[in-house]
Amino acid sequence: MSGYHLDHLQYLETEAMHVLREVAAEFERPALLFSGGKDSICLLRLAEKAFRPSEIPMPLLNIDTGHNFPELNAFRDRRAVELGARLIVRTVDDAIANGIAVQPPGQISRNHLQIPTLLAAIDEFRFDACIGGARRDEEKARAKERFFSFRDSFGQWDPKNQRPEIWNLYNARLNPGENMRVFPLSNWTEMDVWEYIRRERLEVPKIYFSHLRQCVRRHGQLLPVNELDPPRPGEPIFDLIVRVRTIGDIVSTGCIESPADDVDDIIAEIAAACVTERGSRADDAVSEAAMEDRKKAGYF
Amino acid sequence: MAVPLHHPVDLLRFNTSGSVDDGKSTLIGRLLYDSKSLMEDQLEALERSADITGGGQINLANLTDGLRAEREQGITIDVAYRYFATPRRKFIIADTPGHVQYTRNMVTGASSANLSIVLVDARLGVIEQSRRHSCIDALLRIPHLVVAVNKMDLVGWSEERFDEIRTQFEEFLPRLDLKDVTFIPVSALHGDNVVDPSPRTPWYRGPTLLGHLESVHIGSDWNLSDFRLPVQWVNRPNHPSDPRLHDFRGFSGQIAGGVVRVGQQVMILPSGFTSTVKEIWTLDGPLHEAFCPQSVTLVLAHDIDVSRGDVIVDPASLPGAGSILQAKICWLHPRPLQSGRKYLLKHTTQTVQAVVTSIEHRINISNLEQEPAAPELAMNDIGAIRLKTSRPLIFDGYATNRLTGSFILIEQGTNATVGAGMLLPPTELAQPEYRDFSI
Repeated sequence: MSGYHLDHLQYLETEAMHVLREVAAEFERPALLFSGGKDSICLLRLAEKAFRPSEIPMPLLNIDTGHNFPELNAFRDRRAVELGARLIVRTVDDAIANGIAVQPPGQISRNHLQIPTLLAAIDEFRFDACIGGARRDEEKARAKERFFSFRDSFGQWDPKNQRPEIWNLYNARLNPGENMRVFPLSNWTEMDVWEYIRRERLEVPKIYFSHLRQCVRRHGQLLPVNELDPPRPGEPIFDLIVRVRTIGDIVSTGCIESPADDVDDIIAEIAAACVTERGSRADDAVSEAAMEDRKKAGYF
Repeated sequence: MAVPLHHPVDLLRFNTSGSVDDGKSTLIGRLLYDSKSLMEDQLEALERSADITGGGQINLANLTDGLRAEREQGITIDVAYRYFATPRRKFIIADTPGHVQYTRNMVTGASSANLSIVLVDARLGVIEQSRRHSCIDALLRIPHLVVAVNKMDLVGWSEERFDEIRTQFEEFLPRLDLKDVTFIPVSALHGDNVVDPSPRTPWYRGPTLLGHLESVHIGSDWNLSDFRLPVQWVNRPNHPSDPRLHDFRGFSGQIAGGVVRVGQQVMILPSGFTSTVKEIWTLDGPLHEAFCPQSVTLVLAHDIDVSRGDVIVDPASLPGAGSILQAKICWLHPRPLQSGRKYLLKHTTQTVQAVVTSIEHRINISNLEQEPAAPELAMNDIGAIRLKTSRPLIFDGYATNRLTGSFILIEQGTNATVGAGMLLPPTELAQPEYRDFSI
């Protein structure tokens, strides 16, 4: 093997940098979705790799459900300051107050309310491209997602009307009102993300590592005890050593029992794991086509 | 999926193609299943759907036929990407549909592949579909081809049948200019020779499919001889207070060919200005040299006007240049290609206007023979065309470099990606515009 050969993380890195630079060059008002979660932490590092020594030429955007883990929001705010980046936060609470988002009676999760909130933010700032950290390995419907995912003027994804992506030539052209979602991590797996976090020595929020937390068991999941959706009468509360594997809002993010308290442990755990990452999220368990339905409506 | 810690592995991209019922999805399901790349909840979802549609039998094809519409129609309708790893390699699978009208998806999946698996049903032998897929693989110049002769269980594990199919295939191979072709007898349904060697094919001494995927040499699949850096983004911090950053001017892009070193002389095209590489800037510190397909930022010794779409090259191996071009094209859109029509053409990092001046011939993708000039090319047709662009392209023949030899056509108005083009070798090399002007 010659010396001119990239290993898999270097290959994924150069592919993602290429995609990010295409966005910077081809769009007028891109934004980078940054939640403070592990995938978007990798995205931020890749943006530094693509654009330094210049400033990252796009603002960071977060759609805050109001049910975010507080640890995550603190981390998000601090990272933006450290990077000298502009952070825009739009909240589901405001969207509800303004009538942009309507909560169906009796429903607690606000996951789907991110959709109208995001679309309103796109409209407010006239963003033409939103860069997200979604990966194709997360879920079946995502497996067909493009790097440059075209959304019509209603923000909708039509799986039958996606642009073919050939070689590394991305068609970024839009008509007014249309929008692009761009996913530089398309080809990354959960393992790649953690290996990259280790290689780059990236800081991640502490809730990814094992900690003591009160949980309830519900529908086969361990859910963190929280005020928004308190334990139901007769539901026992357990004090457990847990960590989160993927972060949604606090009422639907399952914890896993785990002693993994550093990145090496997490990588070993994933290598041995027998449940996919999204298996711990209640919003996907509803139906096999759950993600497909949300994406068609404009989800990330 | 036991990946050893701290062990760097490389990455192989492959695509699978076959006809509707020759077991392609089952083969991928089998690779994932037998290499322990499936998780409990994926197996549970499989079992749930088995109860509904499969009469209790697990259907490995359900792993890859993702979208609801596909499950209803029972065919794969788009390119789906799958990921798995073994201790030796990571794999990206582009699962591309075999149905006849979906050639465009196969082209999509194959364009970035190192290797292509063509599935042949052992009962049917080499049929039109197998030829079409191999021809597309050849046109796209996929470096490695595997012919997986599937459903060997249904022909009694017959060595004679396997050899017969191999002979059928080999008769047709010389036309294709494929360099590395491997034949493997498998049963995707039962797993023979997919991950584990089969006791039922004692006459076969080659590798299993996974064994081959893990060991095939991919180190020379990129062009490492002719340096090309299409400038993607001009990196100018314009820092108000830091004087070093105030004057920093770098040219960012992904190296599309060859190797570049600090101190090397380079030429910027189309202008023809020359300079030397002062620094290869990366966030991880300066590099002494960089190679395809790394993404870097070059700082040059001279202050030259360079912008997106320009190409930085090694003056000792000049690319072609021109605005009159010949190409093979795969048509991707229901609205046919007609000569005289104008499109946008995206090539490396620049987008120009282009007019298709003529359709030379249609390529029969069952045998790669030329058919008389057609008035138009319909969706899924492949043909040879002539083009004229509003600005010259700096390019290589696709056979020399897949990145600097390829382009897409975009329809104005709808912005649909309508064509995938592969350039023929240049007739003229780049002629610097300012030949006598050196800084």
